[in-house]
Amino acid sequence: MSVRPDHAAIAALVAPGARVLDLGCGTGDLLAVLVRERGVQAQGIELREESIYQCVEKGLSVHHGDIESGLGEFPDGDFDFVILNQTMQETRNVAFVLKEALRVGKNVIVGFPNMCHWKARVDVFFRGRTPVSRALPYRWHNTPNMHFLSLRDFEEFCAEKGIRVLAARGLTARGPVRWAANLRAETAVYHIARGDNFSL
Amino acid sequence: MPDPAPVSALGVVETRTFAFGERDPLVLASGQTLGPVTLAYETYGALSPDKSNAVLLLHALTGDAHAAGLHAGEPRPGWWDPLVGPGKAFDTEKYFVVCSNVIGGCRGSTGPGSPSAALGGKPYGLTFPVITIADMVEAQRRLMDHLGVPAWLTVSGGSMGGMQALQWAALYPERVRSVIPIATTLKHSPQQIAFDEVGRQAVMADPDWLGGNYYDHGQPERGLAVARMIGHITYMSDQSMEEKFSRRLKNDGFKFSFDAEFEVEGYLRYRGANFVRRFDANSYLYVTRAMDYFDLSGDKLFKPGAPVPRYLVISFKSDWLYPSYQSRDIVAAVRAHRGDVTYVEVHSTYGHDAFLVEYDEQTRLIKSFLAKTREGA
Repeated sequence: MSVRPDHAAIAALVAPGARVLDLGCGTGDLLAVLVRERGVQAQGIELREESIYQCVEKGLSVHHGDIESGLGEFPDGDFDFVILNQTMQETRNVAFVLKEALRVGKNVIVGFPNMCHWKARVDVFFRGRTPVSRALPYRWHNTPNMHFLSLRDFEEFCAEKGIRVLAARGLTARGPVRWAANLRAETAVYHIARGDNFSL
Repeated sequence: MPDPAPVSALGVVETRTFAFGERDPLVLASGQTLGPVTLAYETYGALSPDKSNAVLLLHALTGDAHAAGLHAGEPRPGWWDPLVGPGKAFDTEKYFVVCSNVIGGCRGSTGPGSPSAALGGKPYGLTFPVITIADMVEAQRRLMDHLGVPAWLTVSGGSMGGMQALQWAALYPERVRSVIPIATTLKHSPQQIAFDEVGRQAVMADPDWLGGNYYDHGQPERGLAVARMIGHITYMSDQSMEEKFSRRLKNDGFKFSFDAEFEVEGYLRYRGANFVRRFDANSYLYVTRAMDYFDLSGDKLFKPGAPVPRYLVISFKSDWLYPSYQSRDIVAAVRAHRGDVTYVEVHSTYGHDAFLVEYDEQTRLIKSFLAKTREGA
């Protein structure tokens, strides 16, 4: 079975047997990969009801709810890894969601589409249009994305808020990007944790 | 034309009874004792040689042990028939499914209408001790031992059935591998107690109630019917009532009377009249009281040092009698104890009744959840 490059990148960052919470887990494809390949204890949170059924059918434990209302009763540091893959940019209050993720997770993994991929830049600069690409497949009027960011944007944000970046991966559909990631990566995966000057 | 013959994949089944407590009566939460006790139950499927496939189903306020299959001569199959049978959510080809009645009821188990030895064989009436959900579970635990079941693969039920399922987890976590509480709560809220109290007042205000000693005269039918009518309103939603009845009249035009002119009035009267034929008024008092006392909030759902069973918690969006927040409170409690819990709020317009209506969704969830629970043995 072929694994999506972002799923493979995340699986490589997650410790075997870890306790993992996937925020916005969708139909549970990533969690299923993590269970299969890393033997993790998986839990997901998802808003769409139909996706919940598909998670349960994959044997996953999942919570039907909205991550924007917080992770309430989860104790601090309850999970080894909290994952926000292709979710963070769709939330209204990014700072709050990240703060909650970093509260209940000792480690957090964030995956998002790169707004400053060169094709997106071409769309904006030469065609004068909002980018539409493999990683940003939506039109301006139907995109679920609330926020558009690049790898550099995210790194600046982390530096500002005292978030430690433990690993950064730029990806295309074909696999990892070795150089000029902010220009060449379609999506990014970051492994982060609370730093000394954490202030979200 | 006669009604079509009722169909159930399980065919004809029978309610059985288990008698116990002649010498070792139940010691109740109130401190009183109850014995001898009869408990009605049904079973479907077979217990596996390693005894690991037993499932316990528990019913709501006015339900009974007849969860599935047909009773000879009755027009409808059991109350959860679409979920229980070969290939269904509770697959009787894989699982040994038990459905137990409750003490205090009137559907084959010992309750206020049963003969009391102290009264020379006359019905207990109000001399029957006030019972709790924990007392019901204690009686079911005796049945479990009688059936030779070491641990339940799952314990499940809707509404009061869900309360019993949670109570099982609280009392015997080492004998419960998973719990599926549906449309239920960790504790009865003031609103829920209030509706129960109005129902009880309707029964007790009926002059035919006679302080509970009506067994020689006949039921307090009007009061019990009103209690049931109130119940039915709380089981539906505004939308489901609109869809089912709207403002439709039974006849053309207003009659300018207090007859049942609207269809909804006719429905409630019909339900009320039917109910008094099958349910004992005193049982209504005792069983609603047991629900009102139910409270497993705080840490009472957990036993120190015992494993936390897996949970599948299901609520229904339009259920205003047992709102979703109450199910989320169950989830929060299990999470706080690092338990493995799945929660789904099913989009349904049927209100509290949804657990007896929305079978496709419940089947998808329960089937996979049970398979996973069994696999993790």
